Formats: sequence, C-alpha cells, structure tokens
Amino acid sequence: MSDLVTSRGRKWFEALSGKDGRVAGNPASLMVSPGTLGGENVVYVGIAPDPKSRFPRAGHTEVGVEEGWYGTRNLRAVIEADKNGPKRPIITIIDSKSQAYGRREELVGIHLAAAAIIAAYADARAAGHPVIALIVGRCVSGSFLALAGQANRMIAFDDPEVLVHAMYKDAAARITRRSVAELDKLGEEIIPMAYDIGSFAKLGGLYALLKVATPDLPNDVTTAQVKKVLVEAINDARRSPRTLDVRLESDAAKVLRKASLKVRRMMAEQWAAA
Amino acid sequence: MTFTPTLSKDVLELSSRRSYIELNARDRARQLLDDGTFHELLGPFDRVESPWLPIQGIVPQADDGCVVAKGKIDGQPAVVIAMEGKFQGGSIGEVCGMKMAEAFRLARQDNEKGIPTRAVLSLESGGVRLQEANMGELVIAEIYAEMVALRKYTPLIVVITGPTGCFGGMSLAAGLATYVVMTRQARLSMNGPEVIEQEAGKAEFEASNKPFVWSVNGGAQRYATGFADVLVEDDAVAITAAVRDLFRKGQPAQLRTDQYELFIKRLSSLDTSKQWTGEDIRNAWKENAQ
Repeated sequence: MSDLVTSRGRKWFEALSGKDGRVAGNPASLMVSPGTLGGENVVYVGIAPDPKSRFPRAGHTEVGVEEGWYGTRNLRAVIEADKNGPKRPIITIIDSKSQAYGRREELVGIHLAAAAIIAAYADARAAGHPVIALIVGRCVSGSFLALAGQANRMIAFDDPEVLVHAMYKDAAARITRRSVAELDKLGEEIIPMAYDIGSFAKLGGLYALLKVATPDLPNDVTTAQVKKVLVEAINDARRSPRTLDVRLESDAAKVLRKASLKVRRMMAEQWAAA
Repeated sequence: MTFTPTLSKDVLELSSRRSYIELNARDRARQLLDDGTFHELLGPFDRVESPWLPIQGIVPQADDGCVVAKGKIDGQPAVVIAMEGKFQGGSIGEVCGMKMAEAFRLARQDNEKGIPTRAVLSLESGGVRLQEANMGELVIAEIYAEMVALRKYTPLIVVITGPTGCFGGMSLAAGLATYVVMTRQARLSMNGPEVIEQEAGKAEFEASNKPFVWSVNGGAQRYATGFADVLVEDDAVAITAAVRDLFRKGQPAQLRTDQYELFIKRLSSLDTSKQWTGEDIRNAWKENAQ
C-alpha cells in the first residue's frame, strides 16, 4: 500500500474493508473489494487519488471517464454475480472532489460515463442490493450525482470537511456574481444554498449525520462506530421499498420540501384525471 | 404587371419549414404530441412556483420553466416534458425537477398497470439551478432514478435542439435516455465551456471559440461519435417524425449506458498524453466500432 497516495476516502476504505481495493484491470483511482460486515458479505467501492492517471484532468479523486466506465463494469459484475442469490450490500465510500473538467473528457462523453454508473447504481438498488453512500469528505456536483444520488441510504460525517453541494463556493460566487460573504449569508436564509452538511441534512436526504471523533484517521473505535451505522442502514434499506422515496417521505422533507410534496400530489391527481 | 418570384428549391423548402428551436416549451410539447391530444399537467394556472427564487429577489415563473403534457404519440399514450431555456437557463430547481421526476414516475406506473406509455424529454438546460443548489441535486437524483425505472418499459427519448443546449445534470439525463435526437445547433456536454476554461485554462478549452466548442459538443459531432442517434434539421415536423420513428423502432439491442466494454476498449486505445480534436475521436471510434 505504500506507493498509494492517501486521502480520507482511501483511509476509510482501508479501515472498513481491510483491503487497499486495487484490482488488476481497474484504474488505480478505483477501489473495490469484497468484505464482511455484520455477519454478511458486502462490497466496498470508492475513488482514491491517482497522480499517474492517464487522464490528466482526473486523478485527484474526480469522477472522470475511466472512473465512470470501469466503475460501471465493477457494479455490473456485482449485480451479475448475485443475480440468483443474496444481494450483497454495496457500500460506496465517498471523498470525491467533483467530476473531471477537461476537453478529453467532453470529447469521449463524460456525461455518458457518469450516466452509466448512475444507471448501474439504480439497477443495483432496484435488484435488491442495499446501496449505501458513506460520505466521509467531498461529494460535490457530479460526484454526488454519480456516486451518492442513487443510494437507498446516504450517511455523512458531521464534519466541516464534508461537503455536499452543486458547486464549490468560489465558482458559485463567480457565476452568480455574488461575493463569498454574500453566499454565506444567503446560505443562512436559504437552506438549499448552504455549504454545511447540517443544512444538507435538513433537506431530508440523509439517513444519518454521524459525529465521528477521528474523521481524518479512523481507529478501532470510530471504525466500529461507522460499521454499526452501516449495518443499521443496510437493515433499514432492506425493510423499505427499493426506491428513493424515503428521502421525500422523511420528517425533514415535510418541512423543507413542501413544494416537492405538493408537486407529487397534484401531478398524481391531474394525471389520473387527464 | 405581376411579379413571379423564381425561388430555388432550397429556399422554398426553408420558407415552408417551421423552426422547432424558436418554439417555446409549451409549443414544443404540443408539437411532439399528436394533434389535439395535448393536455398540460400542473400548468401555469396552477401556479406551482419555485418557493426559493422570490426570497432571493428573483421573479418566479408560474410553470417553473417546465411544461408537462399528457397526450398521444403515433396514437399511443405519451407524456412530453419540455424545459424552457428562456427561464433561468432551463436550470433544474425543486418544482420543475419534481414535475419531471413525477411525470416519469406516473408514466412508469401506467406501464406497470399495462397502459404502455411513452416519454419524451425536450431539453434546454444549463444544469442545476444554483439558487436552489442542493435541493436541485436531490431532485435530479430522483429524476435519474425514475428514468432508469421507466426506460425498462418504453424507449425514453431526449430531444436537444438548442439554442441553450444541454449541460450539467441534464446532460446525464440525456446519457440515460434510450435515444437522443439532436440538431446541428444543439450542444450536449457535462461541463459548460466557460466552466472548463475557468477550471483548466484556455489551452484546455477556449470557450469563446464557437467552432471549437461545437466541434467538441455540437450535434453533428455527437451524432458522428454515437452519442446521439438521429441528427435532424431544425424543422418541427422532421423532429416530430424522428421521435415517432424511434418509438416505432422500439427498444434497442443494448442501452448506451450498458456499453461499458466498448467504452473501456475505446478509452484504452487512446493516447491520453495529447489533446484531441473532434475528428480524432471520430476516427478512433471507427477503429473501435464494436
């Protein structure tokens, strides 16, 4: 493991799975390993830094074209292997900066590579695999959509380094022609625009917001703490429909997603009447 | 004295053509549905608007920039969702995103009940609405979930004509589509040109160089490299016919998002130490066609 560049994602992947996740034929940025958790077989996946990435605009934990397509192949292999048997939970450990921004990426269709892994996660969920997203660090923009969005259950560390957002603050400030200070102030009033993970939790998407004493350096105690919550999330997912409805049906969503709930109700009424 | 114009065939053809690009979202949905079958759901009179824009001093729109209409295509039950590029750049916020997700959900439920229902998504979108940031992200994830569920029952067709194009979260929705229809004017790209230039510099992506931008993400390039299934002129009738013909074609042998072996082979064959042109990728794809 010594030649591998470390990251929060890699440390938690190794702590939870006991492996480095390297698999021949995968790019070095992809971690994938079978493991056991709560007495059952599971699969851990994640993205780690790879300074030698073939794609120079990827390699710093971005979701690039290789991460999308090889990641898809890895997930499809799990779905296929479990086709006639117990569906192993798929646990994605996420500390991923964003999607990769580059000319090469656009030319070879990064939008499709990202769509492919989304479809694989969604199909895994629909097939009965509990799909769990464990957000230990950054999970911004395309990383959220590609790695976390289709999970039955999302768990995030309650930590300032954890970031779920549409866009980094400096870029969002440039595009919306606001200062960073103005964006911070807006975030206080408009919860969906806030950058702290506590505000994200208020939208109802998270199964758990987890205060971990050592978010940068897992130890036996914190690893056991995270594993316990993962097992609970897996069991909870297995008891629920294989959809994302748990998010919109959460107590938090009843407060902040009133408009979503109204759209759902009215669309159903008008669809039936049309 | 009477003046008899002698117009070339091309000019006559152009003058009789009705632009799809110039249609607003409502007229696009009406256009794609069989005559007289357009029935809008959650229309402007329902006034379900973004709750997040007014508190930021931004005037909302009564349909939140998304038109959902039930009707028929080629005589079969269908739903058309059309994004309005002129409202907030076609960005996805809570209300318009939920309208889209619910339309797919209801179409899927009808399919499950044995009412075969088709779906078309006409996209003009810059991606997530930054004023609704994380709400948009959550809703977009729900849209994808419904698209993946629905496309098992029916082809799900995305139409991208421009002028806005299709970027960010909605480019991934195009990736999830069973079929993609584009015009030459349209663009399909995950990251907007300005964002790439900002992140990676002008040498990586020169956003102001329009021929360059279109050579990467324009409809002709996307069609030539297999990211779009049909390349059509900006002609409302031709686009409607293309959609109808794709539904007649039915489900493909393989969804594009299932082509991981092909794309891994293609990626492996590329020399990533240099920058490429659109033509480089057209040629590389020809060498690894299957």
